[in-house]
Amino acid sequence: MALLELRDLAVSYRTVQGPVPAVRGVSLAVDAGQTLGLAGESGCGKSTIAASILRLLPASATVTGEILFKGENVLRMSWGKLRAVRWAGASIIFQGAMHSLNPVQRIGKQIAEPILLHAPDVTPGAARRRVGSLLSQVGLPAGRADSYPHELSGGQKQRVMIAMALACEPNLIIADEPTTALDVMIQAQVLNLIGDLVSQTGVGMIMISHDLSVLSATCERLAVMYAGRIVEEGPAHEVFTGARHPYAEALAWAFPIIGDKRTRLHPRGLPGDPPDPARLPDGCTFHPRCAVALPQCSTRQVELWTAGQGRQAACVRVLPDFADETVGESGPSAAAQHGGSIAESVASEAGQHGGSIAESVASEASQTGEAVA
Amino acid sequence: MAGAMLEGALAAAQELRGEEAGAARGGAGLARNLGIKIGSAIVTLFFVLVFNFFLFRVLPADPARNLARGTTLTATQMAAINKTYGLGLPLPAQFWNYLVQTFHGNLGISFEYHIGVSQVIGSALWPTILLVGTSTVLSTVIGVWIGIRGGWNRGSTFDKTSTAINNTLYAMPDFWLGMVLLIVFASKWFIFPEGGMHSFGGGGTGLAGINDLLWHLTLPCIVLTLVYLAEYSLVMRSSLIDELGSDYLLTARAKGLRDAMVRRRHAVPNALLPSITLIMLNLGFVISGAITTETVFSWPGLGLLSYNALNFPDYPVLEGAFLLFSAAVIAANLIADLLLTVLDPRVRQA
Amino acid sequence: MSAPTDTAPRPPAVTSVTARRIAWDRRRRALARFWREYRKDRDGMIGLVVLVLMIAVALAAPLLASSRGLNVTLATYPVNAGPGWHYPLGTDADGRSVLTELIWGSRISLLIGFAATLLSMVIGAVIGIVAGHFGTLNSWFGRQSDNVLMRVTDWFLVVPFLPLAIVLARTLGPSLHVIIIVIGITSWPGTARIIRAQALAVETRPYLERARALGAGHWHQMSKHVLPNVMPLLLANTILTVAGTILSETTLSFLGLGDPTRASWGEMLNNAFNNGVGTGNALWLITPGVAIIVVVMGFTLVGHAMEAVLNPRLRER
Repeated sequence: MALLELRDLAVSYRTVQGPVPAVRGVSLAVDAGQTLGLAGESGCGKSTIAASILRLLPASATVTGEILFKGENVLRMSWGKLRAVRWAGASIIFQGAMHSLNPVQRIGKQIAEPILLHAPDVTPGAARRRVGSLLSQVGLPAGRADSYPHELSGGQKQRVMIAMALACEPNLIIADEPTTALDVMIQAQVLNLIGDLVSQTGVGMIMISHDLSVLSATCERLAVMYAGRIVEEGPAHEVFTGARHPYAEALAWAFPIIGDKRTRLHPRGLPGDPPDPARLPDGCTFHPRCAVALPQCSTRQVELWTAGQGRQAACVRVLPDFADETVGESGPSAAAQHGGSIAESVASEAGQHGGSIAESVASEASQTGEAVA
Repeated sequence: MAGAMLEGALAAAQELRGEEAGAARGGAGLARNLGIKIGSAIVTLFFVLVFNFFLFRVLPADPARNLARGTTLTATQMAAINKTYGLGLPLPAQFWNYLVQTFHGNLGISFEYHIGVSQVIGSALWPTILLVGTSTVLSTVIGVWIGIRGGWNRGSTFDKTSTAINNTLYAMPDFWLGMVLLIVFASKWFIFPEGGMHSFGGGGTGLAGINDLLWHLTLPCIVLTLVYLAEYSLVMRSSLIDELGSDYLLTARAKGLRDAMVRRRHAVPNALLPSITLIMLNLGFVISGAITTETVFSWPGLGLLSYNALNFPDYPVLEGAFLLFSAAVIAANLIADLLLTVLDPRVRQA
Repeated sequence: MSAPTDTAPRPPAVTSVTARRIAWDRRRRALARFWREYRKDRDGMIGLVVLVLMIAVALAAPLLASSRGLNVTLATYPVNAGPGWHYPLGTDADGRSVLTELIWGSRISLLIGFAATLLSMVIGAVIGIVAGHFGTLNSWFGRQSDNVLMRVTDWFLVVPFLPLAIVLARTLGPSLHVIIIVIGITSWPGTARIIRAQALAVETRPYLERARALGAGHWHQMSKHVLPNVMPLLLANTILTVAGTILSETTLSFLGLGDPTRASWGEMLNNAFNNGVGTGNALWLITPGVAIIVVVMGFTLVGHAMEAVLNPRLRER
């Protein structure tokens, strides 16, 4: 049994213009001790998923599907049971730690709060000692417990958030953009810290970021989201280096890799903006921005489909019948056999595109002057 | 009046916080901070003295006659007034005289009571403190409670009803409310007295005396409480609503805290800071704002004293009362400042 | 706004399109947009209807009730009596119809409210804009003028309004002008602060930098660029201030500092209080109070609705 399993999760927000979908049918699983990365541009629904796991969405949100935590549906839990699961079962490292801490309460008290709440037999003294050891675990002196949030730097606050997330020894930690708004050096420190803690304690983790390179370095599996859906999912390294979905590939190329000549010589971007959730395009939601879109993409919506060993992608090119339509190649594994990047498959199979996606995307990006965020 | 005052106070409070934060970042010491605040209070007080001097001694064409307007003066009386106030001297000398006298607590002689102004004011001080103190405590506690309840459940029936009532009270002249209550409860139903602080003959001693005092206190206290509780609950409500979207409240919920605990432990302590500062700032104005209420209920405090001095006219008393009212606002400002320093760790840390 | 570098396309065939015309068109469109947003605010619309009715009554006073009814020597009705056929709201202690007084009182109350607010807005806007404009200049003179103006503002902010107004009204004598001046010069500091903050924000915008680069003088910058941009906020603030000045007028008149020959609602309350209203016609006391509450709430609702349209962050309240 998976530690956390999302089955066909859908979330929509009620607005004056009518319901706006934020998450449109997402299925995911995280096992104990496993790390899953969730990637995508802002507004793609990844933070909504994080909040929905502990039912922290605002009242305007409608949630359907199932969220199974240790086999129990979170959406059907009583309030009492839900409060027990919150933090003790699954905790969250929120994005923007500067605002996620109460500005007028000492951080020691804030870290101790869930400990005293979920384990009522813990004495205040024991809780204080636990706070001290948690702080030293994240590399802060125990005396920092008496500080107020504004007395700490951004990186220190993020460490405090991590210590707080570990306070009740949860089975699952959800890290929602834990390194946004931090300096690059601090980012690396915080990521290493999270990585170490996960491997030491054996908790399951969902790490959310827009930075695919960060996720590929820290996670075992990766799921890439676009417009409320997962468009590609698989082992982290494979998704990062050989994405099967054009969007996942563009996202992987959006961040230059230090020491990699290709990313330096071919700066890559993705034209256009993510679609307005209230007015999603027909067919594949990515097709207006897709450099290798086919005529059928504007009408045909593709579900996640097996795209190799333990991999899935939602692109018409990984479908078993894809080859039939274009160059007559057949067989369920036709696309998968290529194994390499889509760039290659396009170059060989659809020569009329004249070159790799890499180039076409790059040229389009330089024309519009826009880069993916 | 109340609206403009609140607006101004809000602006001042915001400025205050801004300056504080700036000072804290600049690394100025707590002691230095304190010194600056007290220093600026003294400067403001000095401004008030200058203003007072000009308003009463320089602006009128014939100060002596003005100081005694409405009463017929003999030549000797005029000379006496001229001598008391040193009106024949050049301006700087007059001002120096005025400063020295004021610092010695000598505010002149009342035209109406023929005793020292400080003595007259002193005897009116404690009824005002009793009235304003009681109503401020009540309006703060009830107002903050209503503000929290309404703001936390925004849009609920309780919130809509209380906001509507508060807006009505906010638009209501306090003395009008006082007169309506007076007619209903004193003239028609005889439940409460027509006014004053004690019944004829003193109202008894000991417990009976306290009872009598409370009986007289009830109506004026209700008026001031209602008018200011409307203001305070609107302030508390909007500062709580400002906090509602805060990330730290999401953290608190994620920790598994009950809704009531999220509110009590996290939202309210943050929302209270600006509200308490504002209530404290306002307290200085409430003391002079009680002029009309005290007049309606013949409550023998500073307000009624000013009203009588205005109609007599008793200029030395009016001048002294004005000085005291201004000093009260300056003191309230200073206390609000210090209170914020004590309560808000972001300000406290230097 | 009508700077020569305006990039709005000018079709050569139409010669009547000038920069000024373009600016006016834009303003008209902005106003239409404002009205569309404002109409959605239910409370704001209620307030607007109330105010329009009240102002209509004040303007039409001579048609609704003869001013002869205000003259004490011509009063023929019973004294301090309850409602009757000719005096639906009863009479006062001089035998005058309360309704007539109420209708004519609306003129005085609204007049003082508007006039005092106008005075207060002019002082507040001038001080706010000047302080904001010179405060951003990187010079000793600029910083000092901002400093001095804000010191003065702070000082007016801490002086207790009521005693100051009483002392001023007493030394200057009771009249309509004095009341207007006294309320006007005691109620501007809040406005000055708000306008200064807004002016500081406007000062950093690129079009001001452009105007400066083109050699615009201080007066041109303040009147042509800063003022139009703080105007919407100033208007919302004006409406809210009228609510305050009407209450102030009521208080001062109640304390006997108003003009007794031109009775406002506050003056009516003063008369009622001093002439034993408790024993006679209660409507004499109740109706002016209700009128004040209705008008003050009307201004407050309209002001808040305007603020909410101009500042969407407030709309959630």
